[in-house]
Amino acid sequence: MSGDETLLDIRDMRIEGESDGQWNVLVDGVDLTLKRGEVLGLVGESGAGKSTLGLAALGYVRPGCRIASGDIIFDGQDLLRLSDAERCGLRGHRISYVAQSAAASFNPAHALLRQTIETAVQRRLMNAGAARKKAVEQFRELSLPDPETIGRRYPHQVSGGQLQRVMTAMAMHCGPDLIVFDEPTTALDVTTQIDVLASIREAVEAQGIAAIYITHDLAVVAQMAHRIMVLRHGKVVEEASTQRMLDAPQNEYTRSLWAVRELAKPEETTPSSPLLTIEGLDFSYGKGFVKALDNVALTVPRGRTLAVVGESGSGKSTLGRIVAGLNVPTSGRLTFDGAALPPRLEHRNKDLLRRIQLVHQSADTALNPRHTVREIIARPLEVFFDLRGEACDRRTDELLDMIELGPRFATRLPSELSGGQKQRVNIARGIAAGPELMICDEVTSALDQLVQEGILKMLLGLQASLGVSYFFITHDISTVRAIADEVVVMHRGKVVEVGSQREIFAPPHEAYTELLLGSAPQMRADWLTEFLAERGPVARQHAQSTERNGGSTHV
Amino acid sequence: MRADLATKTADTSVRRRSKLLAAAPFAARVAAVIVLIYLLVALFAPLLAPFGEGEVVSEIPYAPPGGAFLLGTDQLGRDQFSRLIYGARNSMGIALATTAISFTLGSLFGIIAATRRGWVDQAISRFVDVIMAIPQLIFALILLSIAGSSIPNLIIIIALLDSTRVFRVARSVAMNVVAMDFIEAARLRGEGLVWIIRREILPNILPTLVAEFGLRFCFAFLTISALSFLGLGIQPPTADWGSMVREASPLIAYGKMSLFIPAVAIAVLTISVNLLVDWFLDKASGLRNER
Repeated sequence: MSGDETLLDIRDMRIEGESDGQWNVLVDGVDLTLKRGEVLGLVGESGAGKSTLGLAALGYVRPGCRIASGDIIFDGQDLLRLSDAERCGLRGHRISYVAQSAAASFNPAHALLRQTIETAVQRRLMNAGAARKKAVEQFRELSLPDPETIGRRYPHQVSGGQLQRVMTAMAMHCGPDLIVFDEPTTALDVTTQIDVLASIREAVEAQGIAAIYITHDLAVVAQMAHRIMVLRHGKVVEEASTQRMLDAPQNEYTRSLWAVRELAKPEETTPSSPLLTIEGLDFSYGKGFVKALDNVALTVPRGRTLAVVGESGSGKSTLGRIVAGLNVPTSGRLTFDGAALPPRLEHRNKDLLRRIQLVHQSADTALNPRHTVREIIARPLEVFFDLRGEACDRRTDELLDMIELGPRFATRLPSELSGGQKQRVNIARGIAAGPELMICDEVTSALDQLVQEGILKMLLGLQASLGVSYFFITHDISTVRAIADEVVVMHRGKVVEVGSQREIFAPPHEAYTELLLGSAPQMRADWLTEFLAERGPVARQHAQSTERNGGSTHV
Repeated sequence: MRADLATKTADTSVRRRSKLLAAAPFAARVAAVIVLIYLLVALFAPLLAPFGEGEVVSEIPYAPPGGAFLLGTDQLGRDQFSRLIYGARNSMGIALATTAISFTLGSLFGIIAATRRGWVDQAISRFVDVIMAIPQLIFALILLSIAGSSIPNLIIIIALLDSTRVFRVARSVAMNVVAMDFIEAARLRGEGLVWIIRREILPNILPTLVAEFGLRFCFAFLTISALSFLGLGIQPPTADWGSMVREASPLIAYGKMSLFIPAVAIAVLTISVNLLVDWFLDKASGLRNER
């Protein structure tokens, strides 16, 4: 294998997808070349065509799509001219794929090892014994705990990060020349993401596998790829080596992607009174076996934003639901605007319901698909302000203007809106009630960077004009920077650290805050290398095991 | 921001709906026409039938088709064609009434069980399980022989037994909707249960329920025909297709095919309704992918 040999050459690729009986262009004349052992990062927003292009590298298109023109030359063979059987023979063996959601991609009924070796055994590339041995080696290489026995577990018995690594092991099992990674760490927590990124990178490097790494996260791709390709609307916007792309992005769109991470809320100087105070709050699911919240205390200042930061399982959403009245705490006290806040929804009067609003994370499930935008936004107006007819319509139009959509959106159904627009409508429904406290549960986390920025700016504008306080639940550090006045860091149901944004981001940190802040990838190509070097023993031990196994694992 | 604002035109869904039938597959269009014909025949039976429902018009039993009697006569010398037309009215009318009752009951309890959960759901669901554990036709036979075979009894018993199945479907589809955040949002607004059911849940489960209505109608229709065939359903002299099959069944030993006429009437209606439902499910609820 010489280093300069071209492994994959996609020429003038044009892929179309059908919707409503029309063929729309998803990937529009993209050229892509990949050398052996090279890692190419595909970056873009949702709908940019990056997954479609990634799958095309396997000679595959999703149902409802077709390749209109172009060639896919993999190691001298044109994938599009091969028979189905020949293409299938390449997939999983010489080209493999790692999907975004490992949990959804594994068969829950079979043990991990059996699924890992399935391709090799079925294709008769190895006998079952050799395949098992190889898989265990691979588990070790990806620094999974207990590599000898982890394969006996079932998908639900390992964590999300481990499952993603098992899936990578599965992809590497037959010794492929090329792996397509489709957002492998997007669904993971930042502290878990690091380990997965590190083990993927080292394993790919050690075996000299070429990879296409698809992600929307620029900081992640900066750690993983040698070269970055930015896609938008199915076209290549810019392509350059990682270092050059980070140092001097040429295209305006690329620069705007970079700029998003720099949004920061200026520090408020005027004093503010507390709106919501929580003291000594405990909450357990079931009969007290799982303690989801443990002695939580915090204050939301009036007209400000309190960001509650933590990873999945930290109890931050539960806390939000308790404030909203959906969960009832085991013990503890909530004070809202000087008066005790009844924990149960049924004990809160209509005005209290109006003053505290919850905006759900996923606008897809929070908006009734059979209601129009007008019906959705007008309902709180009818319930809380008894507005009817023309007055109600006028107020709805005003609200639509406030969320920067305008009255022409009033007749649409949620399915006729984009993700960002849906989230705006979702927020407008909360604002319509004229709340004093709005609980925003990860309202931006499912959205693209640029759309996120638009929504965060809108939320800040609404706060400035309406004086509403936000109880902002998020896992994303850059979102905290963009919107928070006060920050609460949570870990396993406990408050780790409380303070103003400046205090939290300035050292010294609590140990967990340190880990959380440190784990968020930064826009430097050597960030991960430095981080791993600093973290020490785990990384070093890992490097040794890679050395040991690196040479012998080629088939 | 620009990506955020890129959208389609608003009125596409309306246009799509009006084109729905025109774009339907051939089988669905034929099925629609057949069902329509059945309905018209049932509705205008007295106008269409040349003779009365139980009228003995010929001295010859089992007269062959031809002449005044288009399909011949039955064992008592009644006109088969007229009885077939009246049969449409009786069989379909009774099946429709049964389905309507079973639907009201089943979906009401199903939605209540899904929204209330807890012991309410447990109580209703376990009760339904007990009823469903007994084979439906046998259970119906037992209940009919206890209560006596009359048309109201027939309707009520079949409706009750069938409503358990409607309950199952309604409960499970409602359960999916209840888990959605917009239900929680409604609760947070302090909306009442009735409003939540009517405005938030019903619009989302209606397509599935309508399709289920079509299927349930077929089953009710078949059950009634089966009961009539067994002699416990619709009683003579009322004409219905199930009993017509039974009455003509001895003839099959003599190579006469007249029992196939009502049997085919049953089969064609059932298949047509099924085809219609299939197409409706495809289009309206997005439950299946056409590819």
